[in-house]
Amino acid sequence: MELLNSSLLEWSRAQFAMTAGYHWLFVPLTLGLGIIMSIIESIYVKTGDEKWKKAAKFWQLIFGINFAIGVATGIILEFQFGTNWSNYSWFVGDIFGAPLAIEGIVAFFLEATFISIMFFGWKRVSKKMHLASTWLTVAGATLSAYWILVANAWMQYPAGMQFNPETVRNEMVSFWSVALSPFAVNKFFHTVVSAWGLGAAFVSGVSAWYLLKNRNNDFALKSIKVSAVFGLASFLLLAVTGDGSAYQVAQKQPMKLAAMEGLYDGKEGAGLIAVGMLNPAKKIYADNVDPYVFKVELPKMLSLMGYRNTNAFVPGINNIIGGGYALPDGSTALSFDEKKARGQKAIEALANFQVAKKEGRDAEAAQYEAALRENYAYFGYGYLTDAQQLVPNVPLTFYSFRVMVIIGGYFILLFLLLCWYNYKKKVETSRWLQYVLLWSIPLAYIAGQLGWVVAEVGRQPWTIQDVLPLQAAISSLPTGNVIITFTLFALLFTALLIAEVSIMVKQIKKGPEE
Amino acid sequence: MITESFLQEYWWFIISLLGGLLVFLLFVQGGQSMIKSLGKSEDEKQLIVNALGRKWEYTFTTLVTFGGAFFASFPLFYSTSFGGAYWVWMLLLFSFVLQAVSYEFQSKPGNVFGTGTYRTFLFINGLLGPFLIGAAVATFYTGSAFAVGKGNLVGLGGVGPVISQWQNPLHGLEALFDVRNWCLGLAVLFLARTLAALFFVNRLDNEPLVNRARKYVLYNGVPFVVFFLTFLIWTLVAEGFAVDPATKVVSMEPLKYLNNFIQMPIVLVFFLLGVVAVLYGVIATVFKLGFKKGIWFAGVGTVVTVTMLLLIAGYNNTAYYPSNVADYQSSLTIRNSSSSLFTLQAMSIVSILVPFVLAYIIYAWRALEKKRLSIEDLKTDEHAY
Repeated sequence: MELLNSSLLEWSRAQFAMTAGYHWLFVPLTLGLGIIMSIIESIYVKTGDEKWKKAAKFWQLIFGINFAIGVATGIILEFQFGTNWSNYSWFVGDIFGAPLAIEGIVAFFLEATFISIMFFGWKRVSKKMHLASTWLTVAGATLSAYWILVANAWMQYPAGMQFNPETVRNEMVSFWSVALSPFAVNKFFHTVVSAWGLGAAFVSGVSAWYLLKNRNNDFALKSIKVSAVFGLASFLLLAVTGDGSAYQVAQKQPMKLAAMEGLYDGKEGAGLIAVGMLNPAKKIYADNVDPYVFKVELPKMLSLMGYRNTNAFVPGINNIIGGGYALPDGSTALSFDEKKARGQKAIEALANFQVAKKEGRDAEAAQYEAALRENYAYFGYGYLTDAQQLVPNVPLTFYSFRVMVIIGGYFILLFLLLCWYNYKKKVETSRWLQYVLLWSIPLAYIAGQLGWVVAEVGRQPWTIQDVLPLQAAISSLPTGNVIITFTLFALLFTALLIAEVSIMVKQIKKGPEE
Repeated sequence: MITESFLQEYWWFIISLLGGLLVFLLFVQGGQSMIKSLGKSEDEKQLIVNALGRKWEYTFTTLVTFGGAFFASFPLFYSTSFGGAYWVWMLLLFSFVLQAVSYEFQSKPGNVFGTGTYRTFLFINGLLGPFLIGAAVATFYTGSAFAVGKGNLVGLGGVGPVISQWQNPLHGLEALFDVRNWCLGLAVLFLARTLAALFFVNRLDNEPLVNRARKYVLYNGVPFVVFFLTFLIWTLVAEGFAVDPATKVVSMEPLKYLNNFIQMPIVLVFFLLGVVAVLYGVIATVFKLGFKKGIWFAGVGTVVTVTMLLLIAGYNNTAYYPSNVADYQSSLTIRNSSSSLFTLQAMSIVSILVPFVLAYIIYAWRALEKKRLSIEDLKTDEHAY
C-alpha cells in the first residue's frame, strides 16, 4: 500500500512534539503553584493574617502570567489532532473525542469562570467565596489534566473499545474502562504530582532568591514553610506513582521498557541500570554490537519493578522482535514477522469486507469480519515494513529516563533537607541551601520534559499501541504547509516564552506588596 | 425514545447552540478590533481592554469546547475539515494564541514587545477571529472540495491511507474565492463589532465612551445587516445539498434552505424572533438615549438566530458539510459523520452538566458586574490590565 512521504510524517511529529513540549513548560506550574497559592490563601482565611494574604496575592499574580501562556499554547494541541492527524481523528475519534469534550464542558469552564473571580473578585466577593474560587480554579485545571491524560493513557493502552468494520473505526463500548483504566489513573497521579513537585521547587527557589537578597524575608519563609512540606510529599508520591508507571509499561508496552533500559537481550532476574552509558556504535537492533559502554546495575530490580517478582523474565528488544518467549499469561509471544502477517491479514480482511458488503455478499462479509476480528489485535503491524520500525529511539529514551529518575531522587533529598532546616529555623541563615534551591528550579522543568520524552518517544511508532502507527494516522497535506506552521508556531511560542520569563523576572524582582 | 437518530439530532442541536453562544461571545473580538479607534485617550483604551479582559476567557473556552464537542459527536467533520481546510483553522488558532497572552502581558513591565504590540495582537484576533469563523461556517452552505473514502485506510482508494482527502491545493484558502463566504465572514465581523459596542454601552461608566459606542452600534450595525441579508437571501434562493433519506444520495435541491425553514416552522419562528431581537437591540440603542440593555436583546437574539441557522444546515435531510466539487456523495451529514450510539449516549449524560455550568457562569458574571466599570476602578484594581 502506498504510504505518505516520510518528510511529512517527520514534520507533523516535530510540530506535535514542539507544541506539546512548550505547553508542558507552563502547565505544571499552573497545577503546582495553583495548589500552593490555594493553601496559602486558606491559611490567610483561617488566621486572618494579612501577610498570608499578600503572599497569596503575589503567587496568584505569578500564576496569572504563567496561566495565560499555558492557555495560549494549549489550544493548538486540541485542534492539532484534526489538522495534522486527521486519520487518527476518525479512526479513534469515537473514543478519543469524548474526554476532550468533557474537558471543555466540565473543566475549562470551571477554570475560566472562577479564575476571573480569583483575579478581580478580592473586593467584590466574600473572603470565603474568594477562597472557594481559588480552589475551584485549581480544581478545574486539575480536572482538565485528568481528562487529557485519560485520552493520552488510552493511546498507550487502548481499552473499552471495539472495531466496527462498517464505519472503519474503533468505537467505545465501555466509558468507565476508558475513564478509569489503571493506565489512566496512574498516569494522572504521576503527571499531576510531578507538576506539584515543580510548583514546590519553583516557590522554594524564588523564595530562596529573596532570602539571598535579604528582602521580603518574612514572605519568603512563609512560602517555604508551605512549599517544603508540599514538595517533599509530592516527590515521595512521585516515586510511588513512578513505580506504578513502570509496572504498567512492563505489562502493556514492553518495548518501551526495553528502550528505557537499553535492554536488547532479555533475562530473568534483570537488573535496573542506575547509571550507564550506551554504546554509540550500536545502530540497529540486529547488529550484534554490545549496547553498553558501561553500566552499574541494581540487581533484579527491573524484574521486581516490572513484574513484582525478582526472578521474572524481562524481554529485551531482540526478544520482542523475535518472539518465542513465555508471556505472563502463559502464552507464547509472537515475533514481529508473525504479528506483521496477522496485521496484513486483518487489513486484507477489512478491505474484502468492504467490497463484499458493497456488493451485497453478506455471508462472505461475515467471514471476512471474523478473520478481521481474529487478527485485529495486530492491525497496526500490517502497516510496518521492517522490524527496526518497531524500535523507538533507544538512547533518547534511555538517558531521558535515567536523568528524570536521578533528578526526582535529588529532589526527595533536597526537600527532606529543606523540611529539616525549616523545622530547625535555619533556612534564613543557610546561604548555600538558598543557592541550591534557586538553581534547582530548572532541574524540575528538565525532569518534567524528560518524563514526557520517555512516555512519548518510548512508544513510537504507535499513535495507538499496536493498532495505528504514525504513518497511517496523519493528514494528507503538502509537507511545505506543515513546515510553515511549524516555523510560525515555533517562532511565536519562543517569542512568548521570552516575554513570559521577562515579565515574571520583573514581577519577582518587584516582589510582593510589603 | 432515545434512538441513534434522536441523539444525532440532539448533538447537532448542542453543536448549533455552542455555535450560537460562540458567535455572541465574539463581541470580545469585536471590541478588540476597536480598541484604538473607539478609545481616544490611553485611559479610555485601558478601560476598553479591561472591560473585555474580564470576558475573553469565556469566548476562548467556548471555542475550545465547540471543537471538543464537534470532535466527540461528529468526528468525521473534525478529521475532514480540520485536516483539509488546514489554513483556515491554523490562521484562526494562530490568532487565538496571540489573544490568549495579550490581556495578561500588555501592561506588565518587562513584556519585551511593548503594549502596542499586544494591542495589535488583539486587533489581529479581533478581525481574523470573527471573519474566519463566519467564512468557515458559510462553507456549511456553499460546500468545500473534499472526498471521503473509508476504504483508503486499507488501500482501496489508491491514494494512500488517509480517509479524508482535500481536493484543493490551497487547503481552505480557496473558500475566499466564494463571495457568499465573504458575506457571512463580514457579517459575523460587523455583528461582533456591533455587539461589542452594545456591550460597552451597557458595561462602561464613562459617558464620552458610551456616546461614541452608541454611534458605533449604528456604524457597524448597518454593514452587518447588509452583509447578513445578502448572505441569507442568497442562501435561501440558492440550491442546497439535500440527502435522500432512503438512498442517502446527496443531490442539489432548489431552495433547499428555504424549504427547510418552511418545513420546520418552529425553527423559522425562532429564527425570526432572534433576528427581531437583534434588530431591536441595535435600533433601540441607537435611537433611545439612556437605553443600555441592547446587548441582552441582541445577545440572546444572536444566540437564537445562529442556532437556528445552523439547524437548517444539518436537519431535515441536509448535508451540513457538503462536498461541492469532488464528490457530492462524500458530503457529511449528521447521520454519516456522527459518533457511535454508545458515545453519543455517554456524551449526552455529560451534557446534563451544562445547565450547572451555565448557572455558575451566570453567578460569576453577576458577582463581577455589580457595577459598571470606570477608569477610577482601574486605578484601585491590583489586577487591572
